[in-house]
Amino acid sequence: MNKVYIVLTVVVVLAIFVLSGSLYTVSMIEQVVVTRFGKPIKTIKEPGLKVKMPFIDKVTRFDMRVLEWDGSPDQIPTGDKKFIWVDTFARWRIADPLKYYKRVRTEREAQARLDDIIDSVARNYISDNNLIEVVRNSDRVFTVGGEDNVQTDVPHIEKGRMIITTSIFEEAKKAIPEYGIELVDFRIKRVNYVEEVRRRVYDRMISERKRIAEKYRAEGKKNKEEIDGERTKLLNRIESEAYLKAQQIKGDADAEATRIYADAFNRDPDFYLFTQTLENYKSSFGADSTIILSTDNDYLKYLKNAQGAR
Amino acid sequence: MEFREPGTITIPNPQKVFRLVIIGLVALLLLVIVVTSFYTVGPEERAIVLRFGKMVGEPRMPGLHWKFPYPIETRTNVKVEHVYKEEFGYRTVRAGVRTQYADPAPYQGESNMLTGDLNIGHVEWIIQYKIHSAPDYLFNVRNVKETIRDASETVMREVVGDRSVSEVLTVGRSEIASEAERKLQEVLNGYGCGVDIVTVQLQDVTPPEPVKAAFNEVNEARQEKERITNQAWEAYNKAIPEAEGKALRMYLEAEGYRTARINRAQGDAERFIKFYQQYKQAKTITKSRIYLETMAEVYPNIKSVYIVDEDLKGIVPLLQLMQGQSGKGGRQ
Repeated sequence: MNKVYIVLTVVVVLAIFVLSGSLYTVSMIEQVVVTRFGKPIKTIKEPGLKVKMPFIDKVTRFDMRVLEWDGSPDQIPTGDKKFIWVDTFARWRIADPLKYYKRVRTEREAQARLDDIIDSVARNYISDNNLIEVVRNSDRVFTVGGEDNVQTDVPHIEKGRMIITTSIFEEAKKAIPEYGIELVDFRIKRVNYVEEVRRRVYDRMISERKRIAEKYRAEGKKNKEEIDGERTKLLNRIESEAYLKAQQIKGDADAEATRIYADAFNRDPDFYLFTQTLENYKSSFGADSTIILSTDNDYLKYLKNAQGAR
Repeated sequence: MEFREPGTITIPNPQKVFRLVIIGLVALLLLVIVVTSFYTVGPEERAIVLRFGKMVGEPRMPGLHWKFPYPIETRTNVKVEHVYKEEFGYRTVRAGVRTQYADPAPYQGESNMLTGDLNIGHVEWIIQYKIHSAPDYLFNVRNVKETIRDASETVMREVVGDRSVSEVLTVGRSEIASEAERKLQEVLNGYGCGVDIVTVQLQDVTPPEPVKAAFNEVNEARQEKERITNQAWEAYNKAIPEAEGKALRMYLEAEGYRTARINRAQGDAERFIKFYQQYKQAKTITKSRIYLETMAEVYPNIKSVYIVDEDLKGIVPLLQLMQGQSGKGGRQ
């Protein structure tokens, strides 16, 4: 009886032992290389429960996912001799785990390979191109530029950032597959001036801004002068036109009045002369006047005798 | 029953041992089953269930669920409704009514960038994203957060690198943000991150510290230009209506003059005509009458009237003599 139980215990324990040695899982984020006595026998990319020979077969796991690579920031001179800090990054994956296992084995090794390849390709391309090509994407015209900008100083680009980035990517990508690695993406994360250059750039920016400020002030003055000039001109015009009109009206009025008078008085000019002269007498002779009259005067006609004779 | 003799070792009963082991295993098994079979999914979550490492079924909705116990099935909860935020160029220490920010110095590297006119700008921004596809988010990319951050920095520099520093500081802000959002989504989709960019928003965008004063000078100069121009326009707009008012007055005065003049002329004319018409009917006698009436009015007002007989000559010397005396008037 005892012996049976001992055997059963041993069998159960052994079974567990064997089972755990022959079953294994591959998760969604893993891919696996199975080796037997050190020699690779198969690659598994599908997740799930898998079986292997216990103890004899060994499972080496690799990441299935897109992995990071970050280039360490580096000083690179551009084609136009500007020293810049360039910080790049890339994304890669283990495309062929078997090759990866044979050539690279660890991620640290893989990162080192990527460093070598990507850094040198990037450095080549950047030092071959002017800074503007690494910064700008397109020849898009600056809008606010209009008033504020030093548009004239910005040259046109032939390639641009995207094209250079893609070129680096394509070339680096070609060199990588022998390691079982696939380059998924490459980008330039940051581009900055080195310290001494930065000082100079600040100075340039300052003098640029001062120039723009001057321009604004000058424009202000010009506007004021134009508007003031317009104002004076318009004022003169209004005034003189008004004067002209008024004079014309008055002139017409005078003419019309003259016509009316003439019209009336022409009916009998002599009579007019007569009445008008008499009116004038009324106003010409006053308290200060002294006149000498002769008796040969119609008014004094009857002074001497009733007949009005001399 | 066996006697225990001193000096002998007792071998445990295999039967008992076996039973104990079995009971222990079963108990352990039951515990594992219970603990790992039930799980909850929160209201903003979904759960991904893996069977032996392979995903089975759709992401589980909120609630209480059952699955096969570990190690058969495992699950991961993913917050798909949660809006994640990433900050660039600065960090919030504590959000609140008065938000606290960390010293920005360590984050300058994130915010300094080159503009399209090869100037240097300082751009702070945030992005917000949600997990759009839980499986993608969990299984496609290792370190999704770092990938999102790297991509965002890259994309922002690409977009800013196409604009002048003035545009970045002023009118280009919303355009930059929306283009950055679009491009970022493209890049992340390319990696299969399974995230949805909710928004990209620029925060503080400033020129670098050493040049800030010069940039302010530009603003001031621009405002100065506005001010001077407006002043000139004000003066203009004040003067012109004034002048037009004067012109109108001049015109009206002239019109007034015209009316008066013509009316007076007409009045005079009519008076004369009427007079004349009367006169026509008895010319000679009317003429004499007018004459006499007029002179009757005129003579009395005159200071001195000398009436000299027409036959008399030599009046002039007499007059001179008389002038010598104090000339009070009077009839002589």
